[in-house]
Amino acid sequence: MNPNAIRDKSAIVGVGCCKFGENWTQSPEDMIVEAAYEAYADAGIDDPQHQIEAVFCGAAYPSRGTAEVAESLKLFDRPVSLVQNYCATGTDAFRYGVFSIACGLYDTVLVVGFDKPKDRGVSGPSVMMSGVRDLPATPAGWFALCAARYFEKYGATREDLARIAVKNHHNGTLAPKSMLKREITVDDALKARMISWPFGLYDCAAQSDGAAAVVLTRPSLARKFRDDFVLVRAVAIALAPNPQTDPSFDFLGWKPTVYAARQAYSMAGIADPRREIDVAQVHDCFTLTELLTYEDLGFCEKGAAKEHIAAGTFALQGELPVNTDGGLKSFGHPTGATGVRMIYENVLQLQGRAGPRQVKDAGVALSHNIGGAPQTCGMTILARP
Amino acid sequence: MIGITSYGAYVPATRLPLALIGGTRGEGGPEKSIASYDEDAITMAVSAAIECLRGFDRAAVDAVFVGSTTLPYHEKLGAGVVAKALDLRRDVATADYAGSLRAGSSALRGALDAVTAGTARTALVVASDCRMAAPRSALERSLGDGAAAFLVGDDHCILTCDALHAVADEILDVWRAAGDPFVHAWEERFVLEHGHRSVLLEAVRGLFQKTGLGPGDFARAALYAPDLGSHQAAARAAGLSAERLQPGFFGRLGNTGAAFAPMLLVAALEHAKPGERLLFATYGDGAEASVWRATGEIEKLAPRRAVSWHLDRRRAIRDYAAYLRPRHLEAAEHDARYAAGISATVHFRERDQDLSFIGARCRRCRTEQFPPQRVCYGCHGRDDFEKIRLSDRRGRLLSWTLDHFFPTPEPPLAAGVVQIDGGARAYLQLTDVTSHELRCELPLEFVFRRIHEVGGKPNYFWKATPVRNTPETE
Repeated sequence: MNPNAIRDKSAIVGVGCCKFGENWTQSPEDMIVEAAYEAYADAGIDDPQHQIEAVFCGAAYPSRGTAEVAESLKLFDRPVSLVQNYCATGTDAFRYGVFSIACGLYDTVLVVGFDKPKDRGVSGPSVMMSGVRDLPATPAGWFALCAARYFEKYGATREDLARIAVKNHHNGTLAPKSMLKREITVDDALKARMISWPFGLYDCAAQSDGAAAVVLTRPSLARKFRDDFVLVRAVAIALAPNPQTDPSFDFLGWKPTVYAARQAYSMAGIADPRREIDVAQVHDCFTLTELLTYEDLGFCEKGAAKEHIAAGTFALQGELPVNTDGGLKSFGHPTGATGVRMIYENVLQLQGRAGPRQVKDAGVALSHNIGGAPQTCGMTILARP
Repeated sequence: MIGITSYGAYVPATRLPLALIGGTRGEGGPEKSIASYDEDAITMAVSAAIECLRGFDRAAVDAVFVGSTTLPYHEKLGAGVVAKALDLRRDVATADYAGSLRAGSSALRGALDAVTAGTARTALVVASDCRMAAPRSALERSLGDGAAAFLVGDDHCILTCDALHAVADEILDVWRAAGDPFVHAWEERFVLEHGHRSVLLEAVRGLFQKTGLGPGDFARAALYAPDLGSHQAAARAAGLSAERLQPGFFGRLGNTGAAFAPMLLVAALEHAKPGERLLFATYGDGAEASVWRATGEIEKLAPRRAVSWHLDRRRAIRDYAAYLRPRHLEAAEHDARYAAGISATVHFRERDQDLSFIGARCRRCRTEQFPPQRVCYGCHGRDDFEKIRLSDRRGRLLSWTLDHFFPTPEPPLAAGVVQIDGGARAYLQLTDVTSHELRCELPLEFVFRRIHEVGGKPNYFWKATPVRNTPETE
């Protein structure tokens, strides 16, 4: 891999995001139009029919595929593609958009991530019944598998997880488009009903509907759209073996994150993530996922997460604020939209537009998704020019 | 001489205290064994057969005969699933004996005939039943679930069959019509007087006449009877003194149908001495009695989990609904039976993994893996594997969770990644385990269970359960 091939070769000039939540009255079309037109307006695009040359979409449960976006936005006579990569779906769609700009094929493209899980009639993720051996198959059950061993080795407890939930619930109250706007206490989290040990209700992300969009262009053209554009420093995707069958997995962290971080840090030239990254949005599908991600991304030493949680390292006023908009926990988790929503938040942070949740002087921002059993990780690193 | 070369038995760990049926709590009172939500006649048959085959070469089994009135399919072979779960040879003969409480002894007779005729050298016989009566009916209190297994052969017999006598009879005493989930019985006095008591006795007396033997010639008698009173009455009528009657575990086990007398024969075998004669008599649309004699081989048979071991392992449910729910006797919002189900073609392709729990060992780097891969996880070599059977290995719990979200009759569901001895790993449900037992490194063994009923039919896979004391370590 040539780590310089895409570094700073594309720029984000517009971001948009619909309000996440149980959007009973909105169709996928409504949410896609809302997010895309906000991104157009943000980029100063008034003629998308002529200014958007290609569309990269991400959705984990699309009902009609690429047409869902093309028909909603009436963007025809140009490429429209749909990417699927578990919870890294939105990040992967963005990654193809970055490639298409960096190689010089297009001037300006649109990335749209969306999902509408609340039309499926189930509360929480569906329980998969497709195979015999794969059962039981609930995401909470999969992601909980590191807990017993990690807790035993490093002495972490459900209370450490609860503090992450408390932080993300707080941050969510500061984000206008988040699903949940409710403070909780450690006690609330510990007493909530169990979902899959050690996860109680508040350890789990809020599954929601939503859509988010990003406009990408070449850095040389970026100033035509806006002066405070944001450069794409790195995008990465890495797969790892299914942790349920991997003969060498240690259940102390997730391999996909370690693999993707290696790629992303090499592209961005990052050696000391905790000092070089100013703000991060990480995949807190469950509180333990966020805890392990601190370590897997090198934000702290293996086993040291609980001390940093207690010290507030990753709180809004801390050394490296994580999930400033409430994360999946509080902002919501429409699978295909989540990666793009993180980019939306990071761009606002880098442009100083994040209001009460603004991180001071944010110059470099990281986003991270992990999905599947989990087997896949997507990452981006964005920076002010 | 032809006879039995090995035996095994299975009783589900779950017990229904009879007081719960009447709506009161009753730990310590009479109870009956009940299949857990993930057990049925097939899974119990597999468990009993595994005990029976302990120390024997599975590849030597030429035939499998399963006797049961409660196999989950009307059209589809139970013995076929059992043979696959046991990873027996592909050219094994398979047959189900059904439709009668004598299905177990009929299967045993079929095995004796096959070995006598020379069509099989070694035949596996399993009797297994989990009958249901209508909730809160009198009959419900007496039925229990369980299984027994025998290996029949002509070499190193622990028990030889010296004589048999059968009686055919037509009577509507106990029955279950097609499409009816519940067993029914006619008025009790009629059933006992003209059914069980007289016909069983007719078979026993016929056997005595045929052989010139009398009740005093038998050390133990394993007799079928639906309840304690008729069990003792049958023994008295046959002239058997109380100490010669193998106790029927009434109030602990329940009447296990086609498996009941076979399980009592196993219980008698647990204490049989060389040279002793045993009387075995079954009932159901007629009766059959047989004479068996223990040989010196019985003292050489390795210890195994039989009836007594299983009766000591028990977990009483605390709520009658926990019995009703998995039997679909209580309406539920989400009934997995109505979901689309597992593709028959997927099932077909995964038979080795799902039913026989077959994994793979790389011939190059020796890495063991489950499920079998095309490209090795260890050395990335392609298509260079040998099959390994994981079901009879043990393992330890690497990590686990208790899933409250997964729909199961008894939430939360315990699941974890199991490190199987030899190196492979598998993500499995845990069963017959309590949440406070769960810990990393917990020693585990594997049991064949129903994984769910999606598509309205049982789907089977292996689960992990804590290693319980074995006879060797007791």
